[in-house]
Formats: sequence, C-alpha cells, structure tokens
Amino acid sequence: MLQHTKNIQRLSLASSILSWAGLMVVDLILIFSKVNEIEYGGLETTSKLLLNLWFISLFVYYQYQVNRAENINFIDLLWRVFATGLIATLVAFSIRFLFYVLSNHDFVKNILTINFFYHINLGVISAFLISTFVVYKRLILYQKARNLYRIWQVFQYSLLVAVFLNFIALPVLSTPYLITLAVLILLGLFLSANLKWVAYLNFKQKWKSILLLLLIIIYVYYFFIYLFTASEGGVLQTNLYENIFITALFAFIVLYTLFSLLVILFNLPTSSVFEQKLEDVLNFQRLSQSVQAGETEEQVFDILMNSSISAVLADAAWIEASMDDKPFLIKHQIKGETIKKVQKFIEESKSRNILERGLSRKFGYSKFSASIKHEKYKSALVVPIIVKDEIIGRMVLLKDIKEGFNKEMLEIVNTFANQASISVENTRLLTDALENERYKEELKIAKRVQMALLPDKLVENDSFEMVGFTKAAAEIGGDYYDTYEIDKYTTAIVIGDVSGKGTSAAFHMSQMKGIFQSLGQLNLSPDEFLNRANTALSKCLEKTSFITLTYYIVDTKNQSVVFSRAGHCPTLYYNRNKKEATYFKNKGLGLGIIRNSEYNKYVEVNNFNYSSGDIMLLYTDGIVEAQNEKKEEFGYERLQSLLLTYNELNLDDLQNKIIEKLYEFCESTILNDDYTIVLVRFK
Amino acid sequence: MVSIDSTKEDLNLVIKVTGDVDASSSIFLDNALEEAIGNNERRIMVDCKELDYISSAGLGVFMSYIQEFENNDTQMVLYGMNAKVKNTFEILGLDQLLKITQNKEEAIELLK
Repeated sequence: MLQHTKNIQRLSLASSILSWAGLMVVDLILIFSKVNEIEYGGLETTSKLLLNLWFISLFVYYQYQVNRAENINFIDLLWRVFATGLIATLVAFSIRFLFYVLSNHDFVKNILTINFFYHINLGVISAFLISTFVVYKRLILYQKARNLYRIWQVFQYSLLVAVFLNFIALPVLSTPYLITLAVLILLGLFLSANLKWVAYLNFKQKWKSILLLLLIIIYVYYFFIYLFTASEGGVLQTNLYENIFITALFAFIVLYTLFSLLVILFNLPTSSVFEQKLEDVLNFQRLSQSVQAGETEEQVFDILMNSSISAVLADAAWIEASMDDKPFLIKHQIKGETIKKVQKFIEESKSRNILERGLSRKFGYSKFSASIKHEKYKSALVVPIIVKDEIIGRMVLLKDIKEGFNKEMLEIVNTFANQASISVENTRLLTDALENERYKEELKIAKRVQMALLPDKLVENDSFEMVGFTKAAAEIGGDYYDTYEIDKYTTAIVIGDVSGKGTSAAFHMSQMKGIFQSLGQLNLSPDEFLNRANTALSKCLEKTSFITLTYYIVDTKNQSVVFSRAGHCPTLYYNRNKKEATYFKNKGLGLGIIRNSEYNKYVEVNNFNYSSGDIMLLYTDGIVEAQNEKKEEFGYERLQSLLLTYNELNLDDLQNKIIEKLYEFCESTILNDDYTIVLVRFK
Repeated sequence: MVSIDSTKEDLNLVIKVTGDVDASSSIFLDNALEEAIGNNERRIMVDCKELDYISSAGLGVFMSYIQEFENNDTQMVLYGMNAKVKNTFEILGLDQLLKITQNKEEAIELLK
C-alpha cells in the first residue's frame, strides 16, 4: 500500500477518534453548563462541527479501508457489514443491559450518564451506517459506467451538504425537511437499482448473502428504533434522530438491502443457468489453451468429452478416434459392450434430427441427435470431430430421457468440438515443426562431422604438390578425399563419394576415413585395400547405399602410381610431354554393391609412370554433373579442355580457375550437389 | 519427377520408366520392383528409353535387387538407355552385374 494512503488512513482514524471524543466532551460540558446555567458561547457550534467532522473522518477512513482490498469478494464485503453491525449491536445491547440492571439507580437517570452512553451508541451506530454506506457504494459501482459514477457523485455531495444542514435547525417533518429528505431518498432509490453483482454469486453464495442481508435489516431496524426511543426522552444534546444526514443514510441502506435481498431471492431459480454458462466459458478457455499447456491429443479429447458432458448434463458419453492409425477410445459412465449396443441403436434409429449438415454431403459429417430404443438411454447426440476436412473422431453423448438434447446444447457442444479440432490440429503442427527442427539440427551436426573429416593439410614433399577443394551442398552429401604418408617414398591418396543423403552419408564418410587411416599403415596394394574396405563397409551400409572410391599409391622412388577404381569417376590425367589430357579407362565396381568376397573379381589394379609436370585431376560427380539453367551438364569434355588450357598455372590458381569456370557455367556459386576437386602435380 | 508403368507382355513384365529417378522419386521404382516380386514375376524388362537421369539413389534401388533376383531366379534386363545414363551405370560398374541391351528386341532375346 502506498505510504500516502496509509497516512490518510491513519490521519482519518485519528481524526475520527478525536472528533468523537471531542464531541463527547463538548456535549457533556454543554449539558453541565445548561444544568448549572453557565453560558459557554460558541460551544453549540463547536459541538455541531465536531459531529460533522466525526462523520466525514469516518467516511474517509472507511473509504480507504474498503478500497484497500483489491479483490472484490462480495460475500466478504457483506460479512464486513454484518460484523460491524454485530459489534455495534453488542455494544448497544451491553449498554441496554447495564441500564436494565441499574434501572433503579439514580446513576442511570442522570442526564450526563444518559448522554455519555448515548454518545457511545452514537459512535458505533454511525460507524455501522457509514461503513455500510461505503460497502454499498463499492457494490453499486462494481460495474463502472460514466453516468452511474456521475450520479453517485451527485448523491455523495448532496449527502455531504446534508451533513452540514445540522447548522440549520430544521424541524423534523417540516416541509423543507421533507423535501430535502425526499430528494436524497429518490437519489438513493435510483442508485439502488444497480445490483449486477448479484449475478456473479453462485448458489451457495446467494444463500449466504440472503442470510447476511436479513440480519443487516434486523440491525438497521433495531438501531432506528433505538434512536427514536432515545430521542423521545428529550434529554439528548446531540440527537441523531433529528439529523437529516443520518435519516437519509438509513433510508438508503434499507432500500439497498431490501432490493438486494429481493433480487437474490428472485434470481435463485435461474442462478444455475448463469453458473452453467460461466463453466462452459471456462471449459472453452481450457480447450483453447490446451496447446500452450502442452496437452497431447488424448488430453484434448478428454477435456472435450468432460466439457461436453457438463454442458449438456449427459448421463454417459464416449469419444472414439483414430490416432496414428491406432484406434482410441475414452468413455464416461458406460461399458464397452454397452457402447457397441448403443452404436447399433443409433445406426438403426429412424428418428434422426440433423442439427447441422457437414460441409460434405457424405454421411458421417453431420451432427445429429437421435432417439434410440436402448433400455437405458433414450436420446443420443452425435458430433464428428473434423480436422482438415477429415473425420478423425466421433463424440457421442447420451441421456436417459427422450429428446434430451436441444439446439442450444448442440451449439455449445459444437463450439467445443470445433475448438478441440483446432487444438488437435495445432498439436500436430507443433509436433511436425519440432521434428523439423530436430532434423535440421541433425543435418547441422552431420555437416560439421563431414567438414571435420577432410584433411586440413595435404601431403607435401619434394616429389609432388597437392591441392584440394570441396564444397558441400545444402543437403548433406558425402564427398571424401584424404592422403596418408606410408613412408618417405610412398603416399596413399584416396578420393570417394558416399551415396545416400543425410546423416548416414556423414557417418559412412567417417567410417571410410577410419578404414583408410588404419589400413593405410599396412601399405596394402590397392586391391587388397578395396577388398578389405568392401568387407568392412558391407556390414553396415544401408540396403541401397554404396560408396565409390579411387585408391592411389604414389611411389616417388620409382616415379610410378598404382591405383584401383571402385566405381568412382575416371581420373583425368595431363601428360606434359604429349600435351594431352585424357581420362583413364579402367574397370571397377563401387563398394557395397557386392557384399561378399565375390567383389574381388571386379577389382582391377592399374599402374602408370609419371614424369615431371604431369597433373592428376581427381574429382567427384558433383563437378561433371553440375547443371546450368538449361539443364545442361558441365560434362567431362569441359573439364578436360580446362585442364588442357590452364595447366601452366600454379596449382592453386589452376584449381581456382576450374572452380571459377564451373560457377560461370552454372551461373551461380551454389550447386545442388557436393563437389570436390583434388589436383596433384608431379615435380 | 518420374512415372512408372508396369505392363505384362506375354511372359515378361515391362516396367517403363519416364523422367528422372532421384532421391525423392526412387521410392516409386522401388515400389514397382517390390510389386513385381510380390506377383512372382520372373522376367522383367525395364524400358529406359525415356529415362533422362538417374541418381545414386536410383542406382541403389537397382543394386539392392541384384541379390534377391539371383536368389529366386528372376531375370531383369534394362534396355534403351541414352548415352549419359548408360555411362552412369558403366562408371559405377553396374553394367557388369546387370543385363543391359540396346533395344527391346535384344532384351526379349536375352530373356528367352
């Protein structure tokens, strides 16, 4: 709470206590002075002022106290009024009891005593009246409307004026008195018609309120009678009965209490409808929020069934659906065998009331109610649940009376079913989206693996230089190249391509690297290498996957190369002496095509000698099969002529040139497949 | 995209492949061969005259049936390939394992 409001509260409390005490003192002095015929000038005015201050401070205090509660609970507010009244009544009763007990004593017949105790009663009664006034103000202004607020302000200020009317000693029941009172009462009457808060009470709360309001009426009646009888004695210095403000307050409070009581009573029979509607709305909210709440499809159906049952007060219900091609059933208060029986009755029912035809004329898309001749259930409501124009389920609600379902019920259930459909669809979309995300993540990982497997440093020595370039397509492919220095004079080179896509390609690539790096140490001949590689890979390649590979062993002592081509693109070789660029033609079979030792038959080993300046161009099919817009392929000839034309360049430039020409041909730097190029120039 | 049409001619099943067989459309080829096996077809001719392109996925499909066909004595001949497609088969080495002919007549001859 703001310090500011706290201060005002404390201030008003202090002010009210002080003014009340002051009033008491001043009045007693006044009486004493009258009895002893001493004149104290201005004390009458002071008394009246203190009374007004007391009223106003009380009002301010209660105003801030009641407004403190942020949550309006109507019952709590009524309790507050009741409690204040109870205290006031108890105080009044105790004083009355005291007077009764001491009735024969002079003490109680003394004017001072009477006035003293009157002031106590005055205190508690005005506290009760004003606090009730503030509570009722809150109830009336519960649903704020500008005009209502304005009228209330008029009423409140008029009452304030009435407070100060005590300076004019209007005789009770004189015309001006009556007119003023009438105006105030009329305003109060007009405002008392604002009873919207009653609609928000549930059944139990309504009964509680009736009780509280009855008791409040009794208090009010008692206090009024007390003030009346007390005034009859004619000995009171300050007489509330003559106070127009207090009378107007009484009238207002009685009117509002009576009106509230009557309205609650008359609303009792229909309160259940309102409560039902409120519950329906809450259920609808639950359904619509089920996606955010992470509910599964089953849970959505569950909420749907329960909401529908409560909305139409069904005796039994079930939902049958098919999810992921699996049958799904939830039921309420009915056995499985009964469901089958009822199904038959529904199908056989001659009296169907189609409440809404589906968009499709197909049977099964319409929502209908039917009279069925089951021993227990007499009427059924059938509602299909449709997602993306497809029936994914059906809800059946049953009642044990004839014609138990009307149009309003169908509308509510319809709303629920539609919302459930939306929720189910959203759940499915969300699942798809998540799976998509997961797949994308997987791809990212696979790409990283792929990049990590390629060598960052190629073998460099006095006999040859080597450069390599590879680029992966958006989708994972499996280009692979690597080198292994067996010894000072022997180097193994491999280039390969894994078929298949996605993470499996990256996995097989890493397998290939493992095989190459470990078998490389053994200095195997190419056919031995391929045989072993084939055996190792055959165990875990997918049914339709294979790997193409060419394995070279460069012998720099003898200046020769021995190699074997396992289904990979033919090597392009530039012979510097002959100034020719040709493709090697040799037989071979991809790895993983024949997954047993038969593979050996298809392995061919070749060799050649190289001379200084010769260039070996290794590549994958991503290069020769790269297409331009007209769907023409880059092709073998182009690659060949490029090598012929630019072989004088240093190796890096040659590589870049080829890539440049490739991009030029494709009119893009982004190709659909992985592409790799490795150049070896013999020194 | 690809379209696959299977028709029976005498004792032979002719599967005509039109278009591109790539990663997304290879499944249709797979289905057609699977169906053929299911119908106990023993002589299969694959008409590749209108086959424009075949990717490693498509090659993998053919490859996967080699062993199975050998096991239940089924014969398959591919014919009418264009130069590019034929080249693809030859580089991979599948021409050593599959029967490939120039035209339909040769294919029929081979299956007798």
